[in-house]
Amino acid sequence: MIEVRNLTKYYGNNLAVDDINFKVEKGEIIGLLGPNGAGKTTIMRILTCALSQTTGQATVAGHDVITDSLAIRRKIGYLPENPPLYPELKVQTYLKFMARLKEVPRNCLRERIEYVIELFKLQEVRKKTIDQLSRGFRQRVGLAQALISDPEIIILDEPTVGLDPRQITDVRAAIKDLARKHTVILSTHILPEVSMTCDAVIIINNGKIVALDSINNLDARMVGQKRLRLKVRGEMPRVEHDLLDIPGVARVLPEDTDGEELNFIIEGKRNELKSELITETLINKGWGVREIFFEKATLEEIYLRLVTDEKASAPKNTRAGKN
Amino acid sequence: MRKIAAVFTKELISYFVSPVAYVVLTVFLALSGYFFVNILFYTKEASLRYLLGNMSVTFLFVTPLLTMRLFAEEKRTNTMELLVTSPLRDFEMVLGKYFASLFIVLMMLSATLIYPICLSIYGDPDWGPILAGYLGVFLLAASFLSIGTMSSIFTKNQIVAALISFCLLLLYWTLGWLADQAPKAMELFLDYLALGSHQADFQKGIIDTRHLVYYFTVISFHLTVGILTLESQRWRE
Repeated sequence: MIEVRNLTKYYGNNLAVDDINFKVEKGEIIGLLGPNGAGKTTIMRILTCALSQTTGQATVAGHDVITDSLAIRRKIGYLPENPPLYPELKVQTYLKFMARLKEVPRNCLRERIEYVIELFKLQEVRKKTIDQLSRGFRQRVGLAQALISDPEIIILDEPTVGLDPRQITDVRAAIKDLARKHTVILSTHILPEVSMTCDAVIIINNGKIVALDSINNLDARMVGQKRLRLKVRGEMPRVEHDLLDIPGVARVLPEDTDGEELNFIIEGKRNELKSELITETLINKGWGVREIFFEKATLEEIYLRLVTDEKASAPKNTRAGKN
Repeated sequence: MRKIAAVFTKELISYFVSPVAYVVLTVFLALSGYFFVNILFYTKEASLRYLLGNMSVTFLFVTPLLTMRLFAEEKRTNTMELLVTSPLRDFEMVLGKYFASLFIVLMMLSATLIYPICLSIYGDPDWGPILAGYLGVFLLAASFLSIGTMSSIFTKNQIVAALISFCLLLLYWTLGWLADQAPKAMELFLDYLALGSHQADFQKGIIDTRHLVYYFTVISFHLTVGILTLESQRWRE
């Protein structure tokens, strides 16, 4: 649906996007994740034909962004970072204007407007002018505008900024719903948003892709080492020695003790560390196992590691489809 | 066509939601009324010749205020992003907005039709020169607006847009003065180029194709430069 090849964008001498490649399949939700100024917005603006790239190629729904931009603009809905609203217009006047611009057929104009008003719960403000609306309502009017023409591809730049937690949940649910029929690209700096709504994530830093994978694969790839958390009733040095004797255990890190309960973090190679073996050994030695579980690296950890550690940033574009 | 209409409607709403349209209309009508009465008492003549001349000068000051918002505001508030990512061609955007400003000028001119009606009640004006004169002033104002629209595309600051268009208008207006000192070959050229020098014939009741061609050329030239500038802004950033 969307394909980007060797995309590069300079603003004057500033390199904003550096030789980026990725692909988005139909019906997927992709999250663009990165710190401020990483190039997320620039990529989105190129895909929506608001801006031209310096070199490289981008196609959206089979059309080139330079030579066939009108065809693309017919098929996309776009919500820029700051919702582009006319403060002097009433909400429904604004939506009608947008619907006409987006070539919504005359006979379903009304229906589409009612649909997005319903979807984003704008009934109470539909007759108010936009300058009277709160930040949250403005964001929702912006989202309504992006969906008004029922576009194939939806591009959302920070869609949940300025919403309260309840609305955030609603909007995320709405976005997830969209995925069945539409292809969605959203950018965010909120990590849980990506793991909650997206099928795959593209992490960008300094204009480069540092990781591009499905969320589950990303988890797995980053955790070459496995970590176990363990809570044991026993005596300190002896338990530690017993643990180190178990095959597969590479390192044992004692954590703070809690009375006679000892806490450990155990590290080992991915497929050698076996929780069953550890439990069995400990019980045979007479120690009481209270808790044992694998620690899952959160997206935060992955993200920080990728963005801060330049060594880890060599892009390996091993994107393995949807999970 | 439908999208030009959409832009046109939106732009008209914006004109009347903000005080700009009302202020411009009021000021224009107050000035025209003052000129009309003054000229009538002085000349005691049932014609609009001098009034239409004065109106042209008023338009010179007023039209930059009508057009300065058109694009500068869209750029400042980021709504430009919305327009350039919609399936809206650049010329549709420019024409929609231009026609909206033209509509306001049409309203201003129609409101002044009360003066010739007054004249026809108390006197016997010659309608030929009056109607031709109106056509002339309308074409002149339409040229002013095309220059203003183009200027608004150049910048994201409304004041700068107004200033650019005002300078350009003044320059075009005074080209005729330059013609007096210019060498013979240049004289005709400069005189033809000046916006104001085409008004005299209209006020005499003559509709000459030369003048029509001149105004249509001025309008399409400036709108085209505007459209091309808009197009280039996509890749210049």
